[in-house]
Amino acid sequence: MNPLLEVSDLQAWYGESHVLHGVNLHVNEGETICILGRNGMGKTTTLRTIMGILRKRRGTIRFAGEDMMGVPLHRSARAGLGFVPEERGIFASLTVDENMTLPPKVAEGGMTSDEIYTLFPNLLERRGSQGTKLSGGEQQMLAMARILRTGCRCILLDEPTEGLAPVIIQRIGDVLRTLKARGMTVVLVEQNFRFAEKVADRFYLMDHGQMVEEFPTADLPQHRDALHRALGV
Amino acid sequence: MTTILGVPLQALLGQLLVGLINGSFYALLSLGLAVIFGLLRVINFAHGAQYMLGAFAALLLLKGLGLNYWFALVLAPVLVGLFGAVIERLFLSRLYKLDPLYGLLFTFGLALTIEGVFRWLYGSSGQPYSVPELLRGTVNLGFMFLPIYRGWVVIASLVACLVVWFVIERTKLGAYLRAATENPVLVQAFGINVPLLLTLTYALGAALAAFAGVLAAPIYQVSPLMGTNLIIVVFAVVVVGGMGSILGAVFTGYMLGIAEGLTKVFFPEASNIVIFVIMAIVLLLRPAGLFGKEA
Ligand SMILES: Nc1ncnc2c1ncn2[C@@H]1O[C@H](COP(=O)(O)OP(=O)(O)OP(=O)(O)O)[C@@H](O)[C@H]1O
Ligand SMILES: [Mg+2]
Repeated sequence: MNPLLEVSDLQAWYGESHVLHGVNLHVNEGETICILGRNGMGKTTTLRTIMGILRKRRGTIRFAGEDMMGVPLHRSARAGLGFVPEERGIFASLTVDENMTLPPKVAEGGMTSDEIYTLFPNLLERRGSQGTKLSGGEQQMLAMARILRTGCRCILLDEPTEGLAPVIIQRIGDVLRTLKARGMTVVLVEQNFRFAEKVADRFYLMDHGQMVEEFPTADLPQHRDALHRALGV
Repeated sequence: MTTILGVPLQALLGQLLVGLINGSFYALLSLGLAVIFGLLRVINFAHGAQYMLGAFAALLLLKGLGLNYWFALVLAPVLVGLFGAVIERLFLSRLYKLDPLYGLLFTFGLALTIEGVFRWLYGSSGQPYSVPELLRGTVNLGFMFLPIYRGWVVIASLVACLVVWFVIERTKLGAYLRAATENPVLVQAFGINVPLLLTLTYALGAALAAFAGVLAAPIYQVSPLMGTNLIIVVFAVVVVGGMGSILGAVFTGYMLGIAEGLTKVFFPEASNIVIFVIMAIVLLLRPAGLFGKEA
């Protein structure tokens, strides 16, 4: 079976500065992979380039059999890619509900409002509030919830646990497991591999714009010391 | 005769009305400028020219095709809006990546070109456009006689401002607009065609200016320079209200129109500069404008 998402020799630049130096990765349908790596190694850039936000790029990106390199940004979502940015991107001039319904549906099979509010009950109580009045954890939930509505096939999820309390991190873990049970494909970027090992099937380690290691979650124990050193945690 | 501070009530109310009429045009025009600036980050110097195009469209539709005021009220904004869409697609859209100064310079040049062409075609002198049959005459309000057309202008501009406010604050399209004003890249990553949204917004701004132009045609003369004189004041209004605030633009438009009218009663010599004096004071005390967010 072909992978749902396949990236090979991906290079990307911010202006003159060359940030991705030949990224190779693949994600099978229904799989959750996790990209680990220290600050500034190019994890966010990898997601932004796959999504099509960063346009100065070279290499190949195939998603669901389609060549994504020539696809304009507003068609990436239509192809089935969902994006949850590191900074969450909740809109201050929109209510929680408006934030939730902003991304258009791209396919059948997304979560219904009822399912979403069961998964994120505190968002329901705050439907009418200004989006940015929510706590950091609630904003992260909202950033994920609005993508789950759209029916996308693959979510690019950038450091969802960053700066959040342990109970909230646990909730996010529950949500990721629920998504997995529904067959969602997830590309997760994390620095917290104790969290990631509970949800990911496979890991990539990123260093200076390249994937330097790849291993299944079962092999995590034998990589633990090396990861501690590589991540500096 | 009733007087207030030594001024006859009649004169006071008369100037208040004039102020309200001017304020209606300030509000409509600064609203369009604010909507365009909010999303496109372009200071649309062609706004006065688009207002003039609206008035001319009304005149030419009448003379050329025999289409009356009511057709013009709908058709002129559509035509000028389409013209705006073409301008945005062909030229403005290429400038977003550059310094905002380029957008300003381009629209400034565009305004000069359009006005130059119309001056060449129709001369600088104004041409009259008669008040539509239905809105002729005056009503006696008891304390003064109100020309019906002037009352209509105030109501029509209020309704137009409310409709625009409703579309932006209460509809899906408005939610896209507001979100794209904050973070266009993310909105586009959600699958919304942001370049098309920018084109629509510029077209909407131009259409609003043209709508104001049609409203103005029977009050002022239709002339190639009618927009130039007005737009300077409207920029002052936008500066006072704060760039990018929709309600701020509308509210400030009416307030400054009225302030100008009142000044005509109490200190006529200052009436032409009062808005600029207020602008200077606001800039000193609150550089982001009365309704703008401090950066
Ligand atoms: N907008 C930008 N312009 C120029 N350089 C950038 C930009 N964004 C990121 N970079 C640079 O690109 C490199 C990779 O950044 P990226 O954000 O992808 O790292 P990251 O692995 O996501 O880090 P973090 O863990 O801190 O989120 C860094 O050296 C960073 O300084
Ligand atoms: Mg990052």
